[in-house]
Amino acid sequence: MSLSSELITAIEEARDHHGGPRAAMVESLRLIQMEHGWVCDAHLEEAAATLGVTTAEMEDVATFFSLIFRQPVGEKLILLCDGASCWLNGGEDVRDRVMERLGIGFGQTTPDGKYTLINICCVGGCDHAPAAVIGRDRKLVGPLSPDDLDALFGEDAR
Amino acid sequence: MTEMPLTGRARPDRAPHTLAEWKALGGYEAVERGLRELGPERVLDMVDDAALNGRGGAGFPAARKWRFMPKPGAAPGDGPSYFIVNGDEMEPGAFKDRILLEALPHQLIEGAILAAYATHCSEIVVLIRDAYRDAIRNVSRAIAEAEEAGYLGRNILGTGRDLKMWVHPSAGRYIVGEETALIEALEGKRAVPRKRPPFPAQSGLWGRPTTVNNVETVSCVGPIVANGPQWFQSLSRTAEGGTKVFAVSGRVHRPQVIEAPMGTTAGELIERAGGVSGNGRLRCFQPGGGASGFLEPDALDLPLDFGHVARAGSMFGTGTMIVLDETACPLGVIARHMAFYGRESCGWCTPCRDGLPWVAKIMADLEAGQARMEDLDVLQMTVEVAGPRGRSFCDLMGGAMSPLGTGLARFRDLFEAHVREGCCPIARDHGRAAA
Repeated sequence: MSLSSELITAIEEARDHHGGPRAAMVESLRLIQMEHGWVCDAHLEEAAATLGVTTAEMEDVATFFSLIFRQPVGEKLILLCDGASCWLNGGEDVRDRVMERLGIGFGQTTPDGKYTLINICCVGGCDHAPAAVIGRDRKLVGPLSPDDLDALFGEDAR
Repeated sequence: MTEMPLTGRARPDRAPHTLAEWKALGGYEAVERGLRELGPERVLDMVDDAALNGRGGAGFPAARKWRFMPKPGAAPGDGPSYFIVNGDEMEPGAFKDRILLEALPHQLIEGAILAAYATHCSEIVVLIRDAYRDAIRNVSRAIAEAEEAGYLGRNILGTGRDLKMWVHPSAGRYIVGEETALIEALEGKRAVPRKRPPFPAQSGLWGRPTTVNNVETVSCVGPIVANGPQWFQSLSRTAEGGTKVFAVSGRVHRPQVIEAPMGTTAGELIERAGGVSGNGRLRCFQPGGGASGFLEPDALDLPLDFGHVARAGSMFGTGTMIVLDETACPLGVIARHMAFYGRESCGWCTPCRDGLPWVAKIMADLEAGQARMEDLDVLQMTVEVAGPRGRSFCDLMGGAMSPLGTGLARFRDLFEAHVREGCCPIARDHGRAAA
């Protein structure tokens, strides 16, 4: 499936707006990800062609930035903070319970494709520790408790 | 009542102001005054007289950095000069820029306009980390409003100057916050720090003169121009000007952002954060984020600013404290930091790329009670080889060595006890970290 014409237009706008093709690479990848959740080879190639950069240049950047996903992620993204302030407030108890519930580890997606769990450095939510950011809009949730993960799973929590 | 010029106007729910609301609070008066009456030199002098030190970690005087920028016509070649606002807040324990970005975008824009004006820049880029989506949205909207009102765009306020401003949302990786790595990222490359010299003021973004300042630094500029440098100086208890947006987290009852005079003590901040949690007795704290060295209860009365904290053997850094009570193991904190810095290494230079994961592995072994005494020598050697101003390409690894080095110096007995007893004695006695 190729990129939608809206997405192509958005990538062209990014290219024309802020310092040229190279400068727009991360933004293009981000735009693709907002719509598709991740960046597949075909989309990466198409975006590179739209910008007028090589696929290799695009890949170079895509693989450096940790929040550009080059493999499919679940419908719901859980980015769990593994920073020291969260650890000091029981972050690893939360982590263990989340992993137990989902049956997956960091960097993995549940077999039903619903959740992807990723560890992330300090999310700037130390006043909500232990904290996570969730979903495509990176909503900050916390303080999380191993006994109450509603903030992460909503109605699926139990 | 302490003055809080930076966060005092934030709403409790952090909803940003519209431009009209911001103007009703006195917003953009500083920009009008700066651009219509003062001129770039005077704006720069005011920031200089205010003794504003950069709030991103290094504490370099903002005005001195700005003076490295060439005057109009003095820069070789054609093209704009760039002013970059660094909103890549990712230091462990740092959550101070989030409120300034989310709740006070117009304050940031005001400061950026004045800073760009004083440094003869015609383009402003605000780089914001991926996780701060509200910040990305709020700052972008506020920029559009400021353009609409003529504060940004063509011939701003009739000065004959054009000023463009936009947000660059980033996509992860802590190293992007290093200023030359940030410039690489904006150019669409892997964010590997550049060799200096040349410094960004000589050759920065796209080879053009560039200044990079932290969000909080930039947010100070509007209030300085509005109220004058003496006022800004008088907010501080020390020679370093202004208030500071501190943050306190870890083992405290009410972790929070606290704007207080520069020179406020750690003891006061911990008290305002509800006091020490856990068993209520302080073991140690990091005064300025993950890369700052540990201090102990004897430093509770230390005035916190760049100079005082440096003389006490640590680093003021981001001014965001991480607090440990007696039931929290400093080795556990160090282990998390080392795992973080190791993972976030850009991979360019060997000591950092290979050394930090090695250190992280030893720390994990120590925590699991599987390390040997000789491992402590390896840690000590790494601190000596790669510590501050050590042999890695940028400051990431040197910074990472600060908590490790001060941890080894201050808690040597505890390191040895982990080896001798084959476990973490604190976790054994008090349970795993759970506040």
